[in-house]
Amino acid sequence: MSTAQTPPAVLRVSGITKAYRVGRGLIRRVAGAQHNTLKALDGVDLELRRGEVLALVGESGSGKSTLAKILVNSTTPTSGTVEEAGLKAGATRRERARRVQMVFQDPYSSLNPRLTVGSMLAELLTLHRIVPRKEIRQESIRLLGRVGLREDVLDAYPSQFSGGQRQRIAIARALAVRPDVLVADEPVSALDVSVQATILDLFRSLQAELGLSILFIAHNLAVVQHLSQRVAVMYLGRIVEVAETAELFANPRHPYTRALIDSIPRMSAESVNDLFDIEGEPPSPFDVPSGCRFHPRCPVAVDRCRREDPALMRVGAAHQSACLLAEDLAPYPGAQKAEEAR
Amino acid sequence: MSEQPLLSVRGLTLGIRHKNDSVTTIVDGVDFEVAEGERFGIVGESGSGKSLTLRAIANLLPRGVEVLSGSIDYRGRDLVRMPADGRRRLAGPEIAMIFQEPMTALNPVMKVGEQIAESPRRHLGLGKEEAHRLAVEMMRRTGIPDPARRAHAYPHELSGGLRQRIMIAMALSCSPKLLLCDEPTTALDVTVQHQVLRLLERLCEDTGTALVFVTHDLGVVNQTCRELAVMYAGGIVERGKVKEVFADPRHPYTKGLLDSAPDFDRPDHELVAIPGFPPDVFDRPAGCAFAPRCVYAVDHCLEASPPLEPVLPDREAACFESATIFERTPA
Repeated sequence: MSTAQTPPAVLRVSGITKAYRVGRGLIRRVAGAQHNTLKALDGVDLELRRGEVLALVGESGSGKSTLAKILVNSTTPTSGTVEEAGLKAGATRRERARRVQMVFQDPYSSLNPRLTVGSMLAELLTLHRIVPRKEIRQESIRLLGRVGLREDVLDAYPSQFSGGQRQRIAIARALAVRPDVLVADEPVSALDVSVQATILDLFRSLQAELGLSILFIAHNLAVVQHLSQRVAVMYLGRIVEVAETAELFANPRHPYTRALIDSIPRMSAESVNDLFDIEGEPPSPFDVPSGCRFHPRCPVAVDRCRREDPALMRVGAAHQSACLLAEDLAPYPGAQKAEEAR
Repeated sequence: MSEQPLLSVRGLTLGIRHKNDSVTTIVDGVDFEVAEGERFGIVGESGSGKSLTLRAIANLLPRGVEVLSGSIDYRGRDLVRMPADGRRRLAGPEIAMIFQEPMTALNPVMKVGEQIAESPRRHLGLGKEEAHRLAVEMMRRTGIPDPARRAHAYPHELSGGLRQRIMIAMALSCSPKLLLCDEPTTALDVTVQHQVLRLLERLCEDTGTALVFVTHDLGVVNQTCRELAVMYAGGIVERGKVKEVFADPRHPYTKGLLDSAPDFDRPDHELVAIPGFPPDVFDRPAGCAFAPRCVYAVDHCLEASPPLEPVLPDREAACFESATIFERTPA
């Protein structure tokens, strides 16, 4: 799979840093920090390829939502660039906004309760001049059909729907302006399990039938494994590992990724191993550790890890890891177990 | 199981009584038993009544919701008919509870050490210093680094994982017989969830505390509990040992739930959603509540409501068609 030709990138971020200045008031005292800047993102490079689902995983405070906000242009990076393939020089802000659309976690707060579904879609279709005024209703019905909703939804308000249906409406809204890229920030984590599967199916069909490129932010690795082709793992504002999904889970090359995998509450098997049980919680982004930022929690850290800050390096054909010991990590026991199971 | 279970819930029916004396039933005739030291999980989706059932045991039902009928026997005494001060005396030394959101369950203007010490002072009659020592010891046992210093912290000064450990320390400070857990790790990150679940398991084993653990996460229940009840639309639809239920479900809803959940150990397993969505509490169907979404439903299912009956050794399911649907042994 990795030897096949890599599709071109639709979105490429390089060296993205986002620092928030924090005042001298309460927040600073509570955090007990010396610095007064918080680096939510610290040098992130990532590309989203055409037609793929790229999952972005990590714990709270890892910066995944900040990255999403930068991609949809709702906040600007402190430094670094976001390149969109095929974007003409001098494109308007509106044109940029159209191309990358977002689906949020909570469908209860992301839809305007005072607009009917029809008027919500009509507003977007008019603003971005997607179809002539006469065809708005027809286009809206087509969009709803695309996400598995019927025509009679048009005249209803969001409050009349369940969580899963609202998420479908939110997806229809994102699709209305015919984007190239969908950024979905934990789109299924507020939904019940039985509903979650239908929304995951919908994302899969959007990818297959519309060729959409999707950045899928999630913390549930089982969901990620089922949906995405590639996975990027974030920790404290950095990407620490990127690989194709099957490769990442069979052969993780960063201790943090191993810890994440071993923390998944398993439905059929017992925990695979205890080696990568990590203690403690992610440190505060006000107080990023020296050297490798994972070293205080890392079960295999050596002296060097306290001093050297590892960059993301190639460790396989389509596999990058930011671990000084990536080449020396023991084979992952989970991988053998998975092999045996097959 | 010993001759008398620690907790025995019989025909528990919860609902809202309206002004015109009409009644909306939310939880309908729930039966289950929890033996001493047992770890019992209740899974279900939102609106299934799992949290209300737990809150009824803890005497923490939201205003307006009441026990309409049934009993909750704790060591042979019916909690439902017990006077309020009797129940208060049980809360802490006998029955404790931990919640999903520690920030809302902790007192924001009280040091965490004092909050942990409160219950031992009141129920075990400990003096201020003894209780403080116990609080620090509990914090140490829940894996909080530097407990003597952290005891003087306020909840907002601690991370989510530490707050949840404080709540566990608080709940276990009087070594209760029964610990009620309402989605205690849902708000936590996965690596922290993993630590907290292990901690709970270890502490309950040490103290012989029984758990009733409510969650929507099938993986979490598999790693925490031995016994399981699956709830749907206010009733238990299946009950049995977690491993056995997961390997061979005997109710179409349980099967649907397992088929729709992504399983990390079966990456190629295709997710199949359950069609439709759960009924509104004010508009539940006659007959089996799951029938409108059930691919196996026959006419009879729409008319009568199936009782929870033994279908296998140590297994009960509430489905008329269970024997027909699941006759084949699993591959």
